[in-house]
Order: sequence, then structure tokens, then C-alpha cells
Amino acid sequence: MKRAKQNEDSKKSDCPCIACVVYCSLWVHPGESVFQYIKKDVELKIPIGFPQPLYDLKKNKITPAGFILGRKLFYDPILSKDYFTSCASCHQRFAAFAHIDHALSHGMLGQFGKRNVPALQNLIWKDAYMADGGINHLDLQPLAPLTSPIEMGESVAGVLEKLRNDSLYPGMFNKAFGSDEINSERLLKSLSQFLALMISSNSPYDKYLEGKMEFSSQELNGLKLFRSKCETCHKEPLFTDNSYRNIGLKPDTSLKDSGRAAITGVNEDKMKFKVPSLRNVEVSYPYMHDGRFRNLKEVMNHYADGKFFTPDFDKSIEKAVGLSEDDKSDLIAFLKTLTDKTFLMDRRFADPAMK
Amino acid sequence: MIHWLRFSVLALVFFFSWNTLYSQANFSIRFEHAVGTEALILDSLQYKNVLGQNFTVSKFKYYVSNFRLKRNDGKEEFSKEVFLINEEDSGSKHFLLKDIPAGKYASVQFTLGVDSILNCSGVQSGALDPVNGMFWTWNTGYIFLKLEGKSPESTANGNIFEYHIGGYKTPANCIRQVILTLKERDSEISEISIKADVAEIFKNTVALDLAKLNSVTDFHNAEMVADNYSKMFSILEESKAK
Ligand code: HEC
Ligand code: HEC
Repeated sequence: MKRAKQNEDSKKSDCPCIACVVYCSLWVHPGESVFQYIKKDVELKIPIGFPQPLYDLKKNKITPAGFILGRKLFYDPILSKDYFTSCASCHQRFAAFAHIDHALSHGMLGQFGKRNVPALQNLIWKDAYMADGGINHLDLQPLAPLTSPIEMGESVAGVLEKLRNDSLYPGMFNKAFGSDEINSERLLKSLSQFLALMISSNSPYDKYLEGKMEFSSQELNGLKLFRSKCETCHKEPLFTDNSYRNIGLKPDTSLKDSGRAAITGVNEDKMKFKVPSLRNVEVSYPYMHDGRFRNLKEVMNHYADGKFFTPDFDKSIEKAVGLSEDDKSDLIAFLKTLTDKTFLMDRRFADPAMK
Repeated sequence: MIHWLRFSVLALVFFFSWNTLYSQANFSIRFEHAVGTEALILDSLQYKNVLGQNFTVSKFKYYVSNFRLKRNDGKEEFSKEVFLINEEDSGSKHFLLKDIPAGKYASVQFTLGVDSILNCSGVQSGALDPVNGMFWTWNTGYIFLKLEGKSPESTANGNIFEYHIGGYKTPANCIRQVILTLKERDSEISEISIKADVAEIFKNTVALDLAKLNSVTDFHNAEMVADNYSKMFSILEESKAK
């Protein structure tokens, strides 16, 4: 008798946590069997054909409460000094979390950043972040925009203070981590939980590989061209080999971005940039580290024209020189099969303030 | 009866843990900051570097870790703890090494900086929490030492100078090992005081010219400054165990 009572009590203590999760997900996905939904919602499924992730999820187990906290943080301008810029101001969901139509990122007070905002996807398969690979761990990536004077302009201490004084956050940290202590580790790990699940693996290309979808003859030809001319660097299925390469872009004399060399200090690394994934490339324009190309046609022209600047460009791009107009259209048609509507419309990643 | 048994087991456990704690009387380390023969006082005092250039210091912070105390018989005591020493926070200049007992020691060794593995392990707490401002966000890694101040010789805005030294891999590996020999080899000691002399950072092997070098905040010149600061420590005092 006594024992039964005890069990009931311990169940009760879990209740508020579950209730919150239930509540939060209820208005995200009304109607589904809630408990089931939550469990599988934050479950990491490694897509067929993908390698093992490089990010160690054992050290940061994704939980519904941690994910929901990370999402709130991602969309909350409280993280910036002017209470105006959130992660999502630069990383827009419909653009695969890139920033559509902005060559260089816009930060606080209308200041320009140095680089184009990249798509955020399949981040747990990356060995380093940023176009120069300067950041070696996903947990540490958000510190760069948070503390950059031209991005969010805050200090880590400042952000933590604001979160501690907020009416909702201490409760959410409690649910995610078991006490309402708010520290850098918890802040960054909850953001990582949110970012880790941004997985794009359900594009027409993926369905084609699984035999669930047919390609048009144009798309098929595009894929064939891609595999013979682009695959060295944009390696399937992630469409990057995580290396740094110089593709002969003309150095921008005002930005003076030396790319990988800024990190390694090695002269040969000048103008080398991390090979970006091409998943969702259709919706994450403009292109390249500085957003110099407005559309895919301009990118194809760069490769096809063969006017490569800096003599030490990577010779494997020469395979693409001389692509015909038809080849370019076919390649673009293929690249568009990488647009993953499931990912772009995934409501788990939507702004929680928008119902 | 069962209660009794439980109680005595508890008492035993308590006794043993207390006992081991007690017998491992912690070794205590104290850092004292100076500029040559004068004590370091932030902002207010003027000092001169080896080139005769005036300067004041506004910030002096560094990481020490991996303390090793070598016993007379060659055996070593080791603690992998990391400490952030900050002139602004006097409490940070005195700490206990939990894993190291009092004893007869011949030398003390420590890492000035943070091991490469800790530079690659994602976010951490305590001394290594990025909130402490000793972390590079654009090129992952800890800043091992920060020395900031002003000098009329500096051509930077506000006449400031800023040395932020770090890096655990090429092109700048600034992790340095410091080894200091102890004098009181034959008596049990439980505390040492170590002097960190800011004047040494400017002096040896390369004399730093504040008119030319007012900022080191990435790999450029970092190893040169690290080589200098690795020589700034000396033993002030060795205190006997009570
Ligand atoms: C002012 C615009 C801006 C804001 C605000 C911003 N970012 Fe970014 N983000 C960028 C840019 C630009 C890059 C690429 C930088 C580079 O390559 O040097 C980037 C890169 C990233 C990357 C690495 C992507 C990759 O594949 O290498 C992640 C992850 C990321 N941001 C997450 C965040 C999070 C989380 C926040 C909020 C804490 C945030 N960003 C806020 C502009 C922004
Ligand atoms: C030598 C390696 C290499 C080869 C071969 C290569 N690329 Fe790239 N690609 C890169 C790198 C590196 C970048 C990023 C450059 C930058 O950020 O400035 C890039 C960028 C792109 C982008 C822009 C992506 C974005 O989000 O900004 C597209 C599109 C692209 N490549 C398509 C192709 C196609 C199609 C081919 C084959 C015709 C190809 N690439 C061959 C290395 C390569």
C-alpha cells in the first residue's frame, strides 16, 4: 500500500515536465498521438546511405525539452544586444536557414558581415564550421554570432543574465536539464540539439536513389554530368567532402577574405574555402562565401568559362570547363532535385511564436 | 538489528572517506603578480619595460593546468585540473590541488595554457566556460594569456596594447611547460608561492617594443610572446606542512 503511494508520487513529480512538452507540441502538431509523437520527434534517424555523424550525441542527448528550448533560443532576439536580431533573422527557414537574396549577412544596426549566410543542414556530419573551418565543434558555433559586434553584439555573460531574469527560461532549462541553472554549457547544448536535427535527406534525389521516384531525362543527364565533373568535391550523399578548395574565384579586394589561410596561416591555403553542401541549393541563393553569384546559372558559368583567378586553383575544376548551355541547364535541373520540401516545411523547425 | 547494521556500515563508509580526504591534505598553490621588483597594481601604477617604455596594466589573466610535483625519489603526483588566474579576482590566485598531498618535492611543473584535447571538446564549464572571456569564437580555441594595458608609445586608439595569446596547433602552438625546481627538498611542504613577473613578458628572449607591437590577437607573433611569458615564473616561497 505504502509502496504504491510512493510510486504515484514519483510519477507526479515528472508531470509538469511532460505537461510542458505535451503543451508545446500540441500546438505544433495538433491531433497526433502526443506521447508517441514526442518520443520519435526528436529521435535521430541516420538516413540510409549517410555515414555515422561526427558530432557525439552521447555527450548531448537530444530530448524533447532540450530541443524545444533550443528552438525558442534560435528564434529569440533576446540573444542580441539590441533585442532585435535572432539567429533566425539571418537563418531563414524557407531558405534552408540561409538568408535569401542577401550577399553578405546583415547584423545589428544594419551592419554588414563579411560572409554570405550558409544553409544550415546536416550539421552533425561536418568536421568544422564556417567557410574557413575556423570553428571545430557545433556547440561552439553560436558563440561567434552572439559575441560578434556586427552580428548580435552580446557577451556570453550578458545573454546568460538576460535568460536568468526572464520569466520563462529558468523553467525551460529546468525541464531540459533538471535544474533551472542557466550556464553557457546548457545554452549551447540546447541550441545544438535543435541544430543537430536539421537533417535534409528526403529530396527527390534521395527518393530517386531509393527507387521511389523517376528522374526526367534532363535530370538524369545532369546527374551523370555531376558525377563526372563535380563529385570530387561535392561528394554524395552529403554533397561535400568537408575539404577546403580554391575554385579560382577572383579575390575581393575590399573584403580581403583569404579563406582557410586565416586559420592555418599557410600561404597555399589562400582563397581555399570549405566545400559547401549543395542540398537545397536552389533556395539558398546567392552563392559562394561572399554571395557573389546571384543564381545557379552564374555559378555554372564560373565553372564552364574557365577564367580562373589565382594560379593555384584546384585543378579538378578544369573538368567542368567548356560545359555547353544544355549541360548547364541539365546540371541545374539536377541540382533542383536536391530541394527537400520535407525539410523546408518541417514544422518542428518553425518559429514557436507563430501558430 | 537491521538498523544497527545499516548505521555501522554508514559510519564505516563515512570514516573511510573522511580519512582518505584528510590524509590527502591538499597541496596549496599561490600566485603573486609583479612587474620586476614592484607588485602589480592594475591601472594606477606606471612601469617601464626593458626598452624604457612606460606602461600600465589593465588586465592580466592566464590558464595553468596539469600540475606535476616530482618527489625526491622521482615519483610524480599529478593533477589535471585547470585554473584561470585573474589579477582582478584575488581569490583566483590561490587554490588547492585536490589530488596532490603534502610531501618532499624536488620540482613543480605545470602547463601554461590548455591541452589540445580540451580545445577540441566542445563547450565546457568551470574555468573553461567561454563566459570567462578566454575563448576565441572565430577560430576555436582558448586564449591562454591576456595582458592588456596602456602605453604612451602605443599608436593604437587610446594608446592601448593588447596581447591575447593562445593556439594549440599550427600555425601557433602556444602551450608551454613550466618547470621550477624547489629548494626545500628535504622537508615536507604543503604550499608554494609562485611569482609571475609581467616585466619578463616584455624582456626575454625578444624585447617587445610597444611602439611597434601593440596588438597580438591571433597567430601572428603569438609564439614569440609565448616563449617570453613561459619564463616569467619563479618560486617565491615553499611552506612547510603543519
Ligand atoms: C548576422 C547574421 C547571423 C546571425 C544573427 C547568426 N548567424 Fe549563423 N551564420 C551567419 C553567417 C554569415 C555564417 C557563415 C560564416 C562564415 O562562413 O564565416 C553563419 C554560420 C552558421 C553556422 C555554421 C554553418 C556551417 O555549415 O558552417 C551555424 C551552425 C550557425 N551559423 C548557427 C547560428 C546560430 C545558432 C545563431 C544564433 C545564436 C546564428 N547562427 C546567428 C550569419 C548569422
Ligand atoms: C575543386 C572542388 C570543386 C569542384 C570540382 C566543384 N566545386 Fe562547386 N564549390 C567548391 C567550393 C570550394 C565552393 C565554395 C566556394 C566559396 O564559398 O567561395 C563551391 C561552391 C559551389 C556552389 C555554390 C554553393 C553555395 O551554397 O554557395 C555550387 C552551386 C557549386 N559549387 C556547384 C558545382 C558544380 C555543379 C560542379 C561541377 C560542375 C562543382 N561545383 C564542382 C568546390 C568545387
